[in-house]
Parts: sequence; structure tokens; C-alpha cells
Amino acid sequence: MRETASKAVTLVTLRINGRAVTVPVGTSVAAALAMTDSFVSRADLSGRPRGPLCGMGVCFECRATIDGVPEVLMCLTPCREDQEVVTDA
Amino acid sequence: MREACDLVVVGAGPGGLAAACRAAEAGLDVLVLDAQPEPGGQVWRGEARKGTNRLARRWLSRFSASGARFRPGARVVAAPEPGVLLVEEGSSSFAVRYGRAVLATGARERFLPFPGWTLPGVLGVSGLQVLVKDGLPMRGKRVVLAGTGPLLLAAAATIHAHGGEVLYIAEQASAASHWSFALQLWRHPAKLLQGALMSATLISVPTSTDAWVIAAEGEDRVESVRLSVRGREEQLQCDYLGAAYGLVPNLEVARLLGCETSAGAVVVNERLETRVPKVHAVGELLGIGGVDQALVTGELAGLVAAEQPIPIEMERTWHRVRAFAARLALHDAPRAELRRLATPDTLLCRCEDVPMSALEGCQNLREARLYARLGMGACQGRTCGTAAQTLFGWSGEDVRPPCLPARIGSLRLPSEVSSTHTRES
Amino acid sequence: MSAFDCVIVGGGIVGAALADVLSADGVSVALVEARSIGAGTTACGMGHLVAMDDNAAELALTSWSVSLWRELADGLPRTVEYDACGTLWLAADDEEMAAVSAKVANYRAAGVRVEVLDSAALYEAEPALAPGLVGALRVVDDAVLYPPLAARTFALRAQARGARLMTGCPVRELRPGSVVLSNGDVLTARHIVLAAGVASPSLCPGLPISPRKGHLLITRRGAPVVHHQLVELGYLKSAHGTDGASVAFNAQPRVTGQLLLGSSRQPGDATREVDAALLERMLKRAAMFLPGLDGLQALRVWTGLRPATPDGLPLLGPHPEKPWLWLACGHEGLGITTATGSARLVADQLLGRTSAIDARPYSPARFLTASSRETAHA
Repeated sequence: MRETASKAVTLVTLRINGRAVTVPVGTSVAAALAMTDSFVSRADLSGRPRGPLCGMGVCFECRATIDGVPEVLMCLTPCREDQEVVTDA
Repeated sequence: MREACDLVVVGAGPGGLAAACRAAEAGLDVLVLDAQPEPGGQVWRGEARKGTNRLARRWLSRFSASGARFRPGARVVAAPEPGVLLVEEGSSSFAVRYGRAVLATGARERFLPFPGWTLPGVLGVSGLQVLVKDGLPMRGKRVVLAGTGPLLLAAAATIHAHGGEVLYIAEQASAASHWSFALQLWRHPAKLLQGALMSATLISVPTSTDAWVIAAEGEDRVESVRLSVRGREEQLQCDYLGAAYGLVPNLEVARLLGCETSAGAVVVNERLETRVPKVHAVGELLGIGGVDQALVTGELAGLVAAEQPIPIEMERTWHRVRAFAARLALHDAPRAELRRLATPDTLLCRCEDVPMSALEGCQNLREARLYARLGMGACQGRTCGTAAQTLFGWSGEDVRPPCLPARIGSLRLPSEVSSTHTRES
Repeated sequence: MSAFDCVIVGGGIVGAALADVLSADGVSVALVEARSIGAGTTACGMGHLVAMDDNAAELALTSWSVSLWRELADGLPRTVEYDACGTLWLAADDEEMAAVSAKVANYRAAGVRVEVLDSAALYEAEPALAPGLVGALRVVDDAVLYPPLAARTFALRAQARGARLMTGCPVRELRPGSVVLSNGDVLTARHIVLAAGVASPSLCPGLPISPRKGHLLITRRGAPVVHHQLVELGYLKSAHGTDGASVAFNAQPRVTGQLLLGSSRQPGDATREVDAALLERMLKRAAMFLPGLDGLQALRVWTGLRPATPDGLPLLGPHPEKPWLWLACGHEGLGITTATGSARLVADQLLGRTSAIDARPYSPARFLTASSRETAHA
């Protein structure tokens, strides 16, 4: 079981499509996506942008390659230090 | 890799936690699987870290003291034989051999297509709420919420608490239906209190019944929404739109295991056992009923699994929460106008980009799947299948493995799976 | 009561192709399907269009059918996913490679274009394959397509020419000159064609057709695709063993960027459930040929029932004891491939025309003799 977080906010820095994003510990990758310029997680079959929809691991809109593992859902993945996130947007 | 346990609990929301606590406290070896990184499910998302909700805090600390084992990031993908589940966990996978199972897979939102619903920034109501709980920045953001029932208020309260500005809450239910529902809440004091607390913080937010979203507009993300409000059209500029129409149970794992379903819920007996022996179902799988139903049915199933006596008060509570669930279902039923929002160009299946027009001539879900690829993509029809059921009355097809897209390697049987049940020390 | 020149019972790809051919010849047709067009075995198959040379009759029907498909290809909607990717028959050892030369002679004699690839040429063509293969036979004009939409295209074309499409219409009984539907309606017809695949014996007891179950798996889009349909030459051994379950490696690239994987055979099994142990054998076999397989994302697994006959050839032609009943069934795993040729053969016989190939090897009379009728009635 995780320990209760202390009052001081701990920060982590990850990279989303090469861009560094610093967020409080506990932030999901899907939430961190909004701190980049766009809230786009992928392109549909005609190239139009899509973003996270369900937030619960159901819709598969927020899939990305995270630390080399393809098809990971950003909404179920907490941000970690030095994490490398690549979307197909 | 292999795991063995007396009881496997699928889903670590309130129902799964309650079942796991009761069974583990009675001495069973309990393994809890959940796709999320922390226990708590959707409703208590983030509570394992924040501990702001008293009820969540109580159950989460009881869970961590119970002796039940928790596997985060674990997704059930197949059930190759009775008593065995195949589970994918990050980049690895394992098999679980279990004596009994409690399915507590919860619910998802019902999405209905409208023009612009595929734009980034358009999310579910609870979908937006969980992203906010997970750190989506809200300060200075303008949000419109459209949907139905208590989830709207809960999402608005979370967004408000994180500094977002909720511009409008559009409740699809008619005024008559909404107020008759609200007036029934007095029978459920806990609900009434929650409702009052949420309403107090939201007193300044414009809210209307008989209101819904007609379209979302924008270039690369949502910039504005058009609403139908009691017959008038209103346009609002916003940064996020949360739009979904109540909840539907996540039946896939239950149906994969062969559990009978009826009217969108798992069929169980008074011991919460499904038609598949030694497999129980709790919480939203029994019909949408919220935290109270999840906790009481979870406790019941945990006690049954551990062959413990059932306190009579617990059975009474269950019957009381069922009455609330029935009311909620009536209130949340999507109105007819919502079925007519999509235009021929609007996508129904977001994975395979199937527009409404592609369904011309299709008589049922199988034809829509075979002829138009509806539901043939990554989410396996979880989003569009539910919508198609609401729009056209098409019922779902059988669930086959993998019940979620999974690496082929995760569907391979570990050779030890067929060996006898050995408890790991 | 409605009257037709011909009522076709069964809207799989064979019945739909026949409706297409007959309606083009001005025959008034009703196509009667219990559920949806192309939704039974047709929807469960891989959709390969392959020339197969197990025996002369099979080669004649499959090679002619593949060429008929090629003629049709330009007129098919894009969504039918016709892709002339060719087939590579993979030789795992020198023994299998030695068998290739006999096949080359067979194919060339039948006018089918083939090439022999040595090991280097094989790996240049398909770098994803596991090392150690000694070569391959390339059947150049083989193709793949998406069967349910091919069947639907045929049915809609027939409908546009005036054929009556009756879906959701289970048939209760076949009688001389009429078809009785489950709802009690009666369709009268000069000719009745039974094209109901595995369901055919339920409407015509005694037909030598039994289910042979198979499993398939399809990946998500974006899988590293192979470029040809890949089949192990060992497939031929496993495909013809009639006792017990067997598996063989078979993979197809789809135009969607998905990889379709087979195959398994379970004779006499009519259940629909995925058999986890057999799926495991099938995946293990496939992983021997495609080492990266375990890392690909599986999207769906499903099963289907092939309508198998004792000699592996379909039943095409008049029922010897029921002159009013025509058979177009029993295609086992080649119903998609031979739908075009089967439709022509049956239509030609029905209309008293000569066919491009000899129809006799597929005549139902080879099984439905007096003695087998005795057995059927017992």
C-alpha cells in the first residue's frame, strides 16, 4: 500500500513527445497531456485530432507509447520521473 | 507466471474492496486485480493518496490492513478454463488460479454521439472529473457539463474545487422526472446529505433540466458548444465539455466467464452468485446503484465467499439501496431527442471511424459489425456498442477472449496453469 | 405465395455469388437467408483466394475460381479489401522444399503462375520470418479479401437486378417445387438450390457434410505486416488429417494494417467456444514462424465451422434422388475461394450450358448413391 503523501508537493518531470513537463506526483499522463500545447492524444484514420474521452481505460482514445511499451493508456498511467511518452498524434 | 488464491476480486472500487476486506478478514487468501495504479475504483480515484473522503479513507485503510494482496495495473484478458484468469500487467502477464471470484468491474459512462463529440476537450462527465482528480489543470478553465443525474453535480463540485469555472449544467431529464427523483432522496439520508453539500458549493452555476448539448464546435479542440435549453438554443464558449448520459455496467468480464445477463445487469441469486458456480457479482454489475450498493453487496459477497453468516441488517440495507437504484435508472434514461443529434457524418464508432451513414441498411449489431466495422477497433465496441444499443436497440454480441486488446503473449497459457492448486506461501 | 425460377437457400458467399450469376442471366431469384448475408461461416473465414493442388479436381476449381475473382476485382467496392498479395508456401526443411518441384509442375500445367524462392529470396521478401526456412513457393495471383462484404456485394447486385433478398428468414422445409419458411410462408420455385453450408444436412438429411471447427486471431491495426499470405507447407499434412485436432501456421496481411492468424481444425466439433488449449497450440505454431508474434496486440479471437465433405471437394449439382433440388454446399475451407467457380458450375448446369471446367468431380452423385441413402434413412 502507498504511504499517505506529505503536505509538500513532490514534482516529477516527464517528456511528452520530446517536451519536458513538470507535474505533481500523482498526476496521470492523460492529465499531464493538457500541459503541453495541445490536448491531442492521437490522430484518427483521416488524420483528425482526438483527445482523452473516458478517463477510465474504456475508450482507448488516449493510447500512447510509454517508456517503449506501445498501446499504453495514458489515463491509467501515473507520471514518473524521466518517463518518455510518445503519442501518434 | 502464476498466482493462486482462494478468492480473486476483479476491480478495486468500493464493491471489490468491501468483498476483499470481508473475505480476507475471515482468513481467505485474497487477490485483488485492478487496471488502475491505486485501489479505490473510479469513485474513489486518487483517495489512496489524498484521503479527503472519510468513507473512502476508512475502507482503504481497512483494505490495507486486511491482508488481501493488491495487483495494480492488472487487466483480465481471458478465462481459458473455469477457475483460471489470464491477466496482463504492464509489459508482462500472468495466470491466476482461484477458488472463487467476485466480479466488481463497476461501470462506464454512456456516450451518445453528437456533432463534434470527437473533438479533443470533449470528455465524459465523470471522465472529465477523474482527469481533474488526476491533475488536469482547471484554474481559469471554462467548463460546460451535459448529462444526467447526480454525476453532474459531483463532477461540477470537483471542477469547482480545483479552480475551474462551470459555466452551465445541462440536465437532460424533464423537470417533472428530476424533481420527483430529488424528492425521493429523503428516503436515502446519505444521498440527501451528499446532494446538499454539492449543491451548496454550486449555488451560482446556471442549471437547467430539459437541457442537452446539440453540438461541439472548434478547429483542433472544442471552442464552443451549442445547447438546447427548454426548447431554446444557447451557445457558450468553453475549454472543456463533459457530456455523457448516466452509467452502464462493465459486463465484459462477467460475460467472458459465461455469466448470464438480463436487462443490462448480471443475474445473481440471493448469495450474489452468478449462474456460473463460485463466481459472484457485486456493485454496478447488478444495475447502477452507486457506492452504497457497491459496499453492501461487496460485503455480502465477501462473507459468502468466506462462508460467514450474513447479518440481517446487511440484507435490509441491500434491499433499501436497490430501491434507490431503480429510481436512478428511471431518472437517467436518455430522452428521445438525444437519439437524433448525430448527423450522417457524425462518427458512431470512434476507433474505426464509422459514420452514422455507413449503417444504412444494417438491421442489427452483427450486420453493423460485419458490413461497416462498427465496434471492430481497439475499444471492442465498449463506446459505440452502448450507444448503438441506446440509439437502435441493438443488443451486444458474445464476449470472446481477449476481452480487452492484449499482447498475443498474454493469451498464451503458462504451462503450469493446468497443474493442481498450490497455495503460494 | 411467391413464385421464382430459382430459390437459393443460404445467403453465405456461395449462395450470394450464385444469386449474382443467375440474376445476371435474367433468372428470377429469391435468396433466402436465416440470419444476415455473409454472416455465418463466410464471416468467420480468412478470406483467402488460393489455388490449391491437392488433387486435379481441387486445382481445376480453385485456379479457375481465383481467375474469376481477378476478373471481378475491379468492380468490387474498396471495402471488400481485395488484395492480390500472393501466397508463399513456406518450406521448413529440404524434404518440404523437394515437394515444391512437384507442385510447380502441377500449378504450371493448370496455367497458374508460380515462382520458387530460395532462402535468400524468401527473407528478402519476408524479413519478419524466423530464420532457418529453406525456401518457398510463391503462387503469384492468389489474393485475400473481406468475405462478408464480398457476399453482401453479390447479394446487393442481384437485388439491383430484381432478385428478392430475404434475410432473417429461416427455412423449415424443402419440398419438390417449394420452400417452406419457418413463418409458414411458401415460396414456389422451378429450381431450389441448397447453399446452407454446415446447416445443409438439417434441410436435406443424409448429406455427407460435417462441421470442422477452426480458430482465427486478428491483431490491432499497425501490426508489423507481412507482405504475402504465408502458409507452411506442413499445412497440407495437418489439413488432411481427419482424426483429431490439428494446427498449422497461416498468416495474412490485411489492407487495414492488421495481421490475421490461423489456423486450427477440429473435425466433428460444432461448438462455438474458443478452445484455449488449441488456441495455445495454434499460437505456439505461429510464433515458430513469426518470432515477434507474442508482442503484437491481439484484438479478437473467434471460431467458425467449415462444412467438410469426406473427400474435401464441394457438392455442386443436382441431388441424384431429388431432381428438383440442387446442391451448392460442402466447401470446407475453400468456400470463399471457390464461390465464383461454384456459382458458375451450378448456374451452367441449371441452365443447361457447358462449363469452362468439368463439373463431374463435384457431382453429389459420388456420395448420394442408393446405399448411402439407405444409411441416411436408417
